[in-house]
Amino acid sequence: MAQVDLAYKIAAADDAVESAPGRSGAYDYRRLLGRGVGWIVPALTLALWSFASRHEWVASQILPAPGAVWQTLLEQIRSGDLFLNFGISLGRVLVGFTLGCLIGVVLGVAMGLSRRVEDYLSPTFNAISQVPVLGWLPLAMMVLGIGESLKFVIIAHASLVPVAINTLKGIRSVPRNYIEVAKAFQFSRSQLLRRVVFPATVPAIFVGLRYGLTQAWLSLVTVELLASSEGLGFMIVWGRQLFQLDLVLAAIIVVGVVGLLLDRGLARLEKRLLRWQPVWDMAGGGS
Amino acid sequence: MSAAAASLTSPRLRRGLVVPLLALVAWQVITHYKLANVHLLASPSAVLKSFVVQVKEGELFSQLLASLRRDLSGFLLGAFAGLLLGSAMGVWRIADRLFGPSFDAAKQVAVFAWIPLISVWFGTGESAKIVFIALAAFYPVVVNAYQGIRGVSREHVEVARAFRFSRLQTFKKVVLPAALPSIFSGLHLALIYAWLGTLGAEYLLAPAPGIGNLMIDGRESLAMDKVLLGVLLAGLVGFSLNALAARAEAYFLRWRVRNA
Repeated sequence: MAQVDLAYKIAAADDAVESAPGRSGAYDYRRLLGRGVGWIVPALTLALWSFASRHEWVASQILPAPGAVWQTLLEQIRSGDLFLNFGISLGRVLVGFTLGCLIGVVLGVAMGLSRRVEDYLSPTFNAISQVPVLGWLPLAMMVLGIGESLKFVIIAHASLVPVAINTLKGIRSVPRNYIEVAKAFQFSRSQLLRRVVFPATVPAIFVGLRYGLTQAWLSLVTVELLASSEGLGFMIVWGRQLFQLDLVLAAIIVVGVVGLLLDRGLARLEKRLLRWQPVWDMAGGGS
Repeated sequence: MSAAAASLTSPRLRRGLVVPLLALVAWQVITHYKLANVHLLASPSAVLKSFVVQVKEGELFSQLLASLRRDLSGFLLGAFAGLLLGSAMGVWRIADRLFGPSFDAAKQVAVFAWIPLISVWFGTGESAKIVFIALAAFYPVVVNAYQGIRGVSREHVEVARAFRFSRLQTFKKVVLPAALPSIFSGLHLALIYAWLGTLGAEYLLAPAPGIGNLMIDGRESLAMDKVLLGVLLAGLVGFSLNALAARAEAYFLRWRVRNA
C-alpha cells in the first residue's frame, strides 16, 4: 500500500516537472523572441567557444569549433546518414512506446476498475517498477540478445510504468459526485465507464503518456549507446570512438531537438483531444 | 510472528503473492526440465545459492558501497548546483531571462547522450561518473526549485510587504517555506535520477567496482545469477532511497497543514 502511495507521489512529482516545461517553456519561448535576452547566454557561449577553438586553447579533438559541428550536421543531412539513423531511432521509439502504452493503459484500467485485479497485480507491478529501467538492461540483453526486440522491450517497459500508474490514479480520482450524478441518471455500467469514468481519466492518462514518451526517448538513447549498430545513439558512440567530437555534438543536438519535438507534439495532441474540456488542473491539484 | 501469520491470512496479501509464486514455479520448472537454454537461465535455487555465497564473501558490500558513494557524491553536487541555479532563476527575473531558455534547451537532450562527451572531457574514471550523475540530478532540482519559488502566492508576498519585511526576511519567512515542498519534490526526483545515472555511468564509462559493473560483468560471463543479483540490488537501493527521501520530506515538512 505504502508502495502504491509512493509510486503515486513520484508520479505526481513527475507531473509537476512534466507540466513545467510545457507552461514555462512556452512562456520562455515567447519571452525569448520578444526581448532577446535569452540569446545572450547562448551567444556568449558560442563566442567564447569559437574564440577558444580559433586560438587553440583546447585541442580540436576535445572541443571542435562550432563551425565544424555545423558543417558536420549539414554534411550528415546532405548524405542522408542522419535521416537514416533518425528514422531507425524514431521507428524503435514508436513501436516500443505504442506497445508500452497499450499494455500500460490496459493494466492501469484493469487495476483501476477492479480491486481484485489490483490485489493480484500491484505487488508484482510495484516490485518491477522499483528497479530502474536501466537495471533491467543487462538481464534483458542476456535473455533477448542485442537485436531489435531488446530495444522494443526496454522502451515499452520505460513507457509502461508511468502510463499504468497515471491511468490507475486517474480512474481512482474520478470525482465521486460525477459517479453519483451518473447513478442518479441510472446509467448502466458500460455507460458509466464510457461517459463518465474514461473521459475523466483522459487527462491523467496524457500526463502518463507524456512522461512515458520522455522516458522512452531517454531509454532508447541509452540502449543505442550500449548495444546498437545504428540509430542516433550509435552515431554518438561512433563519433566518440573515431574521436570526431563534431559528429558527437551534432548528434546530441539532434537528440535534443527530437526529444523536444516529441514532447511538444504530444502536448499539442493532448490540447486538441481535450478541447471539449473546461480548463483542468493537469498536475492533479498541485500547488 | 503472530502478526505475520495473521497478515498471511489476509486476502490482499494472498492475492498479491499469487503472481510471483507462479512465476517462481514456472522458472524452476523450465530450468529443471531444461525447457530453455540452461546455460543462460539459472534455476532459482542456483541463484539463491549464489546470493548466499556472494553475500558471505563480502565483496558485494564493497561493490554496493562504491555505487552508493558515487551516487551520493553526484547527487550532492548536482543538487547543490541545481538549488543555486533554480533559486537564482526563481528570485531574480533577470537570471530567469538569461538562463531560462538555455536551460530549457539543454534539458531537452536525453541526459545519457552527454556521456560520450563527458568521457572526452573528464576521462572515464570516477570524476566523469560523478559529473554525469550530478548532471542527471541537476535538472529536476532546478525545475522544481524554480517552480516552487515562482509559485509562491502573490498575496503572501504582499502581506510580507505590508509588514515591511526586508527582501531577506521575505525570502526566509515567506518564499522559502512556501517553496519547500516543491524543492523537496525536486530533490526526491533527483535522488531517483541520480541512481539511474549511477547505473548508466557504470555501464558506459570505464569499469570500476559497483552494482552496474557487477551486472555488466555477469552478462559478459553469462552468469545469470550475478545479473539477477544486480537487478535485485538495483531495485532495493532504488526503493530504499525513495523511502528515505519520503521520510526526510515528511520530517522536514511536518509543520505543514495538510489540506489535500
